This record gives sequence, C-alpha cells and structure tokens, in this order.
Amino acid sequence: MHRLASLLSGRGSRLFLLACALVFPLLAKSEYQVYVMASAFIWAIAVYGLNIITGYCGQLNLAHGGFFAIGAYALAILTADHGWNFWPAFVAAALVAAAVGALVGLVSLRLKEHFFAIFTLCVGFIIYLLIDKWEELTHGAVGIRGIAAPDGLGLVDFSQTVPFYYLALAFLVLAIWFAGRLAASLLGRTFMAIRNGDALAQSLGIDLMRNKLLAFVLSTTYAGVAGALYASMIRFVGPEEANPNHTFDMITYLLVGGFGTLFGPLAGTVGIVWITQSLQFLEDYRMIIFGPLIVVLVIFMPRGVVGTFLGWKLRKDTEAARAKGPRAGAKVAPAKEANTNA
Amino acid sequence: MLKVENLTKMFGGLAAVHDVSVEFEARGINAIIGPNGAGKSTFFNLISGVHKPTSGRILIDGQDVSRMRCDQVARLGVGRTFQTTHLFEQATVLDNLIVGHRLRTRSGLWDVLVNSRRLQREERECRDKARAALDFVGLAHLENRVVLDISQEERKRVAFALALATEPKLVLLDEPAAGVNPEETEGLARLIRKMAEHGLTVCLIEHKMDMIMGLADKIMVLNYGEKIAEGTPAEIKADPTVIEAYLGSDHDAAA
Ligand SMILES: Nc1ncnc2c1ncn2[C@@H]1O[C@H](COP(=O)(O)OP(=O)(O)OP(=O)(O)O)[C@@H](O)[C@H]1O
Ligand SMILES: [Mg+2]
Repeated sequence: MHRLASLLSGRGSRLFLLACALVFPLLAKSEYQVYVMASAFIWAIAVYGLNIITGYCGQLNLAHGGFFAIGAYALAILTADHGWNFWPAFVAAALVAAAVGALVGLVSLRLKEHFFAIFTLCVGFIIYLLIDKWEELTHGAVGIRGIAAPDGLGLVDFSQTVPFYYLALAFLVLAIWFAGRLAASLLGRTFMAIRNGDALAQSLGIDLMRNKLLAFVLSTTYAGVAGALYASMIRFVGPEEANPNHTFDMITYLLVGGFGTLFGPLAGTVGIVWITQSLQFLEDYRMIIFGPLIVVLVIFMPRGVVGTFLGWKLRKDTEAARAKGPRAGAKVAPAKEANTNA
Repeated sequence: MLKVENLTKMFGGLAAVHDVSVEFEARGINAIIGPNGAGKSTFFNLISGVHKPTSGRILIDGQDVSRMRCDQVARLGVGRTFQTTHLFEQATVLDNLIVGHRLRTRSGLWDVLVNSRRLQREERECRDKARAALDFVGLAHLENRVVLDISQEERKRVAFALALATEPKLVLLDEPAAGVNPEETEGLARLIRKMAEHGLTVCLIEHKMDMIMGLADKIMVLNYGEKIAEGTPAEIKADPTVIEAYLGSDHDAAA
C-alpha cells in the first residue's frame, strides 16, 4: 500500500497522467467527450489560480469567477469588437485580469479573514452587474459573438475540438508546472506561512500586504488566462460567465481535490466535471446525489482527496524512516516536500 | 540595547501599558513579570510592532522603531515567540522552519519563474539555517517528524528555533515554559541561558517564579500596565510593592 502511494506521488505517475491526457482524444467515444475534457482543463487552470491565493496563501477569494469573466470579456471585446488578433488579445486579457486584480487586491487585502471573503463576494457581484449593465462595452444580456479562435498561424485549426483540446492541455501543463515550482520555492513557503497565521508570518519579517497582493494578482492572472481560453472555445460570452455561482463551483472543486496541494485542483475539477456529466440525465435533481456526496467528502476528508492522501503518505514516510533508526531519517529528505509539492 | 521611553498603549479607555520606561542591556536575560492582564504581552506587541504605541518611544540600538511595521522590526533583528505556539501541524518540523530565514533573502517571482541561481542559493541557505537553529535547540533528530506527532515541549523548542532562524539580536519569549512539566522547564531555562551566552539579548515573560529567579539578570514588574519595580531577582524578592501586588491579586508567585 505504501509502495503504491510512493508510486502515485512520484514522477512516473505524472508522466503517466500526461500520457493519458495525450491519448484521450483517440480513446474518447465522441467529440463531445473531448470537448467536455477541454473545458474541464480550462476550469482547472482557473482553480489552480484560486489555489494560489486561497490554498497556499489562505485568503478565501470569492471574486474568482469574476476575474474569469473579465478574462473572457477582455478577449471577446478585443477580438470581436476591435478586430485584434487572437494572441495579442490573449496576452491583453491576462494583463487586464492582473491589473484589475491588483486594484481589487490593494483595497480588499487590507481586510482579514471573513471580512476579506465577504468583500470579495461583493466584488464578484459588482463584476457581474457591470458586465450585465454596461451595454456599450459588454453588449449586456445579448452577449458577444464572433470571438476569434486561437490563431494556429496557418499550421493548426484551433476552432476544431481536438486541436483546441491539445492547446488547453498545453496551458494546463504550464499552469501546473508554474504552480509546482511556486509551491516548492521560498515564495510559496512565504505564502504558506501567511496562511498559517498573519501574526506569526509578520513576526518572521514577512511583508503581508506585498506577498498577499502578489498571490492575489497571480491568481487573477490564472483566472484571466482561463477565461480567455474559455471564450475562444465557446466563441460566445454572456453575463452568465460572471455568475458568482462559478466561484462556488471552483471552491467545491478545490475543496474536494484539496486546498494547497499541487494535484488537488486537477483531481477535483476533472473528477467533479465528469461526475456532473454522468449525472446529467437527472437534471436539477442531481444535486440530491451531489450535495450529500460533497458533505460526506468534506467530513471524512477535510483536506480533500489529494490532501488526505499526502497527509497519510507523509506519516507513513516518517514512520518508515523512524523504524529504520535515527540516521536513516536524513534519507527521507525528498518526502518532506510531499505535503506541498506532490 | 533596548530602550523604552514613557511607553503608553490605550485600548479604548484601558491603559494596557502606562508610561513605562525601562532599559535592557545587550546579552542579558531580562524578565517581565506581573499578574494576568498586567500588560506584559501588550508590552511585547509594542516592541515587535504589532501595536503602535499611543505615546512614547522604543529604541533598539538607538534606532526608533515605534512607528515601524512588524515585519520591518523583525528585519532589524527582533525575533519572538507567542504565548500560544502556532506551527503548521501537518508539515514536518524542518518544513516549518525553512521560512524563518526568508527575511534575509531577496528572491521574488522572477527568480521562481527562471529558477535562478540566487533562488537556489537562498533556498539552500534557508534550509541550512533551519537545520542550524534546530540543532541549537537540541532537536536535530526531529527534523523530518510531523509537528502533530511531537510533544508540547518540543513544539516550544521548535518555536524558539523559528525565531532564531530569523537571525535576531533581541528575542522576545512570551511564557515559554507555560504548559510544560518542571523537568522540561529546567531544560528550557538552560536553552534560554545558552541563547544569552551566544550573544542574544533575551526578554521573557514568565509566571514560573523559580525559573525567573534563577535565570534573569534583571526583572521588571508590571501591574495594571504600570511598572511597579525593576531590579535584580534579589531586589525584586524583597520589594514590598511587588509582594503586595502579588498577594493582593491572589497570585501563585509567593511560591
Ligand atoms: N488587542 C487588544 N484590544 C483590547 N484590549 C486588549 C488587547 N490586547 C490586550 N488587551 C487588554 O490589555 C490588558 C493587558 O493584556 P495583556 O495580554 O498584555 O496581559 P498579560 O500581562 O500578557 O496577561 P497574561 O499573563 O494573562 O498573558 C488586558 O486587560 C487585555 O484585556
Ligand atoms: Mg500575555
């Protein structure tokens, strides 16, 4: 069992996951399944962003869906209304989400804990209202059509589902790669020290505002990138994109997968998207199954699927090291990273 | 080393610290005692920048820190522990300590993106510093243990190590021996003495009188936010105002 666990959190299993993702379109029963998976990947990218500010840095951001919508609308407006090419518009969308994130962060991060959460909840609603009502810019309830698909530079046609799937996968891999590097670095440790407690972090000389702001801007940038990809996949955006419910969906993904873990966002998002899909035939009644399932999960695995697994593995590793005698302890060095970096 | 001038902190109408002036010498062990609610923790919070003083000044090696933020004061060389230890329980001891040296490093987002040499070097430094601090407090053998699995006294030592990893010149210890047994208390006292011997200035708050009396070079007594006495352990023991404050507040200090 322990050996299996080591296998699961090792490098090999990451490559295996990647291989699975690469062959998925070949094995999928329909194009629709590929489409669902691509959208799951996009949501996962946004959840990786949420994981930076909420999972690593401990600040519950309830405006995350709003920044996703900002990215989507920025791309839509620039390509459909202003005729920009896709890639410049895509970069601009990420920058807009980052800039709005910086502004919102500067104000909201002065608040602590639930005050911050409530404030950002309001920000999420304001973003929704702005998108719904500011018709000159967003076309209001009509939404925006004619959004550019990612430009394949004449080599690939990303308006096709399968090529788009691989593009989304590439961005997801990039998102995970950076999250992993961040979590293992001194900067990630700084964020985690803040999650552990403002007072202690500050007494260690950590500038709270500066680090929280950096984590917040990183998270909104992730959300903006995901939103822009989403808009270029659906090729249509409407105010529904900014519905605060999306934020709660993403929090659920993160909760189930595991806050502050590297593979929690992926496991939670892809897992729940597929469970939701397979319960589609129940329509709105699927919440009858889904609700209790999540309640049970949160009660028995408060740290999420991945978090629970890693916690268990860390204990096993240290026990194994102790059983081998005190000197062997030094050998477990890579395992201590498991908690944050697997 | 630490000089406090007419320090006052009001919480609404309550003077938690009232017009306290005191001076602590470098490399000494200084104790702050007083009944519950006397303002001892508030005094520490003022020095470390958690609270801004209502009036008065705090000088560390001649530099006025009374308007500085907590993290700026820490960078100047003030390390501290809290009355309640809050470590990250799900992580290993070493993982808890590595961030302690972060304030002496400069790597930022860009270093993370390109995995710069500087970042690699600084991460190594933080790790070494964490190990050295853990070794100093006598827990080198616990580095890979999960905090959840170690004892209360070991956690106190880890909290010390975390403060030491910041490379302080002044350490503030808030009730370091609360909740540990007498034998372990002696061990902690030896550790505190070792810190002073290595050139640190120590300030500690403690209710355990026998520990204080054997350890401190200088004691300051607070009562209702005011300094009522200051001196060597022998002077404090014989001071009638101190005896009265303690007996009057029905405290176990008479022991
Ligand atoms: N942040 C705060 N806001 C309002 N009042 C406070 C605050 N912090 C402390 N006080 C009050 O200031 C007084 C001094 O508190 P402080 O914590 O400094 O006492 P203490 O000497 O450390 O006591 P103990 O021995 O119980 O730890 C108390 O009356 C307390 O209620
Ligand atoms: Mg106190």
